[in-house]
Amino acid sequence: MADPRALARHARAYVDISALWVRAAMAYRASWWMLTIGGFLITGIDFVGIWILFHNVDALGGFTLQEVAFLYGGSGVAMALADLFVGRIERIGQMIRLGKLDQMMVRPVPLLVQVCADEFALRRIARVLQAALVLGWGCTYVDWTPSRALLTGVMIAAGTAIFFALFIGFACIQFWTTDSAEVANAFTYGGNTLTSYPLSVFPSEVVKGLTFFFPIAFVNWYPSLQVLGRDDPFGYPDWTQYLSPVVAVALVALALLVWRTGVRQYRSTGS
Amino acid sequence: MSLIEVRDLRRTFRVRRRDDVVAVHDVSFDIEPGEMVGYIGPNGAGKSTTIKMLTGILVPTSGHLRVAGVDPSKRRTALASRIGVVFGQRTTLWWDLPLRDSFELLQKIYRIPPARYRQNLDRFLELLDLGDLLDTPVRQLSLGQRMRGDITAALLHDPEILYLDEPTIGLDVVSKGRLREFLRALNAERATTLLLTTHDLQDIEALCDRVMVIDHGSLVFDGALTQLQARGGSSRTLVVDLVDERPAIEVPGAVTVRVDGPRQWLTFPADASAAPIVSAVAAGYDVADLSIQEPDIEDVIRELYAGR
Ligand SMILES: Nc1ncnc2c1ncn2[C@@H]1O[C@H](COP(=O)(O)OP(=O)(O)O)[C@@H](O)[C@H]1O
Ligand SMILES: [Mg+2]
Repeated sequence: MADPRALARHARAYVDISALWVRAAMAYRASWWMLTIGGFLITGIDFVGIWILFHNVDALGGFTLQEVAFLYGGSGVAMALADLFVGRIERIGQMIRLGKLDQMMVRPVPLLVQVCADEFALRRIARVLQAALVLGWGCTYVDWTPSRALLTGVMIAAGTAIFFALFIGFACIQFWTTDSAEVANAFTYGGNTLTSYPLSVFPSEVVKGLTFFFPIAFVNWYPSLQVLGRDDPFGYPDWTQYLSPVVAVALVALALLVWRTGVRQYRSTGS
Repeated sequence: MSLIEVRDLRRTFRVRRRDDVVAVHDVSFDIEPGEMVGYIGPNGAGKSTTIKMLTGILVPTSGHLRVAGVDPSKRRTALASRIGVVFGQRTTLWWDLPLRDSFELLQKIYRIPPARYRQNLDRFLELLDLGDLLDTPVRQLSLGQRMRGDITAALLHDPEILYLDEPTIGLDVVSKGRLREFLRALNAERATTLLLTTHDLQDIEALCDRVMVIDHGSLVFDGALTQLQARGGSSRTLVVDLVDERPAIEVPGAVTVRVDGPRQWLTFPADASAAPIVSAVAAGYDVADLSIQEPDIEDVIRELYAGR
């Protein structure tokens, strides 16, 4: 797994498979552009809602509009990147029912790679761009230092990895009940919705839950406090603001373990 | 060590909390390189479950399993380059894409050298008469065409073993014939080992020297096709077309069981030679045509199932 040559080969296979789908989609170029631009505009409405909110209030949970943009964008970019690259895994129940998973299992590419690359939809990049735009705007209000810039990069990478783990981990439920895609959505997309706001709008018990049990506060909240130069409203120590990569690695490892267990207990379909 | 080594292989499925379905019940067999083995049994007997274990899709509940020296479920991805799998009811091809795209993607993910890929593709397209269909989306292919596409897809990387699960299901007679011919040629040219499940005994008779019969998860027969035919024990039938209508033929060693105009049916023991009977008939009667029917293995197999 950790062998870099093998990883490069898997990445190559991912690119080969997804390139096929991109090429197929581009056969209908006009409709691809319409869907992509449409996706960009529709997801844009999301942040417009927050922006309108600020016409009536000066701060949300003690955070300015620009700071909220940084939080929203940070979570949004991470979510959208994870969704772009591994989001297809939420369809695994359908792949099981159609026997597609059996077909993938007899090919010399790791199953996870094939599942994530299957019917790869480049138009989901619209979401990445929209969130990146909001993040970029939020960034213009940050008092930059080299370490804050570095931390922002780490935050995006760790956040993406955390959503990546959530997508995979919760999709695995479908190995046991193939029609549980909504459960997974509640955690992935639901998690993204929660981290789109400053967590200071929630009661401290909720934040505790999002730190220790379902640790999506590490997607953007803790590192953002450091980048934005804010004190933690709930009094958590400063070092939690550097913990995101650790949490990400732990969650990815856990998700891969669940995945492996799911694959070994896979029952295929009768006849 | 055999190419495929199966010992006391078992797989159960838990259904509704309590009940366990034993889909494959302590099955043992070996398959040597280059063999063509037919795997038959009624619906739900455990054929597909066996193949899914051999390919590493399903983890066995218990037993010992080695394919090309490795445990399939533990080394599934590595084993994949050495095997080809065709599931008759399902396609491995990408539904919305032209055949050509599917094949090219397979070339990449199996890392087939370009020269070898072109050589194999040309050969299979020719043998399977698929050349004109390369640019047709898979969903527009007929069942027979799609099956030929699937077989090509399973063979582009030169697998040592080809598993076919009900490859002829739903095919018309012409497609079936062409497929059988192709598989025979493949085995002769490349010594590809073949394990084939089917409902259609003609597939077996056309292709396989060896037959394994499974019923309710247990192997009830494993041996040569001829042995299976003989085990039906009973008899072979000589069909005689006389020049004109005659009373029932009387020759030593055979019994006339039916007369219909100039055609008569004579049965004789399956292990007896047909030659003396044929010459006796030819000597005593004006014969227009003769043929010998082997025992119907469908009957034999039905007896096997009933005998459990
Ligand atoms: N995924 C599964 N879940 C539950 N039962 C299964 C599953 N797969 C197969 N079975 C059961 O196992 C038995 C053998 O099935 P199968 O191997 O598909 O038979 P065949 O291919 O010979 O028709 C059947 O009783 C079938 O219902
Ligand atoms: Mg079957």
